[in-house]
Amino acid sequence: MHPTGSKPKLELTTPSDREIVMARAFDKPRTLVFEAFTKPEHLQRWLLGPDGWSMPICEVDLRPGGAFRYVWRNDADGREFGLLGTYRELVPPERIVHVERFDDPAMPGDAQVTTTFVERGSTTTVTMTILYESKDVRDMALESGMDRGVSASFDRLAGILE
Amino acid sequence: MELVGYGRVPSKRLDATFTALADPTRRAILARLIEGEASVVELAEPFAMSQPAISKHLKVLERAGLISRGRDAQRRPCRIEAKPLAEATGWLARYRQLWEGNFARLDALLDDLETQPKKKQRAKRRR
Repeated sequence: MHPTGSKPKLELTTPSDREIVMARAFDKPRTLVFEAFTKPEHLQRWLLGPDGWSMPICEVDLRPGGAFRYVWRNDADGREFGLLGTYRELVPPERIVHVERFDDPAMPGDAQVTTTFVERGSTTTVTMTILYESKDVRDMALESGMDRGVSASFDRLAGILE
Repeated sequence: MELVGYGRVPSKRLDATFTALADPTRRAILARLIEGEASVVELAEPFAMSQPAISKHLKVLERAGLISRGRDAQRRPCRIEAKPLAEATGWLARYRQLWEGNFARLDALLDDLETQPKKKQRAKRRR
């Protein structure tokens, strides 16, 4: 258990030009965390990104070679974007390797995502290693983390500061 | 393994910075301050807003550490503080914000999932 009020820390690193690595601990059994990462009804409740987005489409064919399809929608203006993935390796509840690609042609190339679930005592640590085809694609993925309008004005401010 | 500097930004401060930056008036104030110090009167000029309204925005920016106010009691000039802004505008910081949101929702969901089977058992017993 985590002391009240303190959030477990998200470790975010870029070990190489083409990678993003995230690690986060959850004080829950590994089987439960694995389910939350693979069952559509669960994914639709948490894998949403910035506030104001929902995931109306979430289809998962959980087997090696099986596909998954996520579509997010902006609740305010109806904008949508989708992600199509294929499972390469599945070792429940320990490890998932999949490739994914956004529908948006501005986000070229596949990314390979390796997700591991390591249980120690009552804690499960999830580590996601995302490997992009190039540094440019990775940087674009990092930039897509925020609403484009806000992102653009931040970039302008940051640009003036430099 | 290279640990990126942004990873050490306390997320509470980052939250305050993002809240402060979410408002177009406050972003415009910051854009003006990038050109140099300005008083409340000078800042209020280009906006169709009262000085108290601008002062409110300045307080939010000050709490987020994005600006500081001078000691001069009359003018109290505002100046921009570059570091928190640079942290918040870093791509990794934004990405972090996004995933911290996802994982906070996942924490809540996992709590629900853990208590659900117990609820079902209790419901069965009641029937």
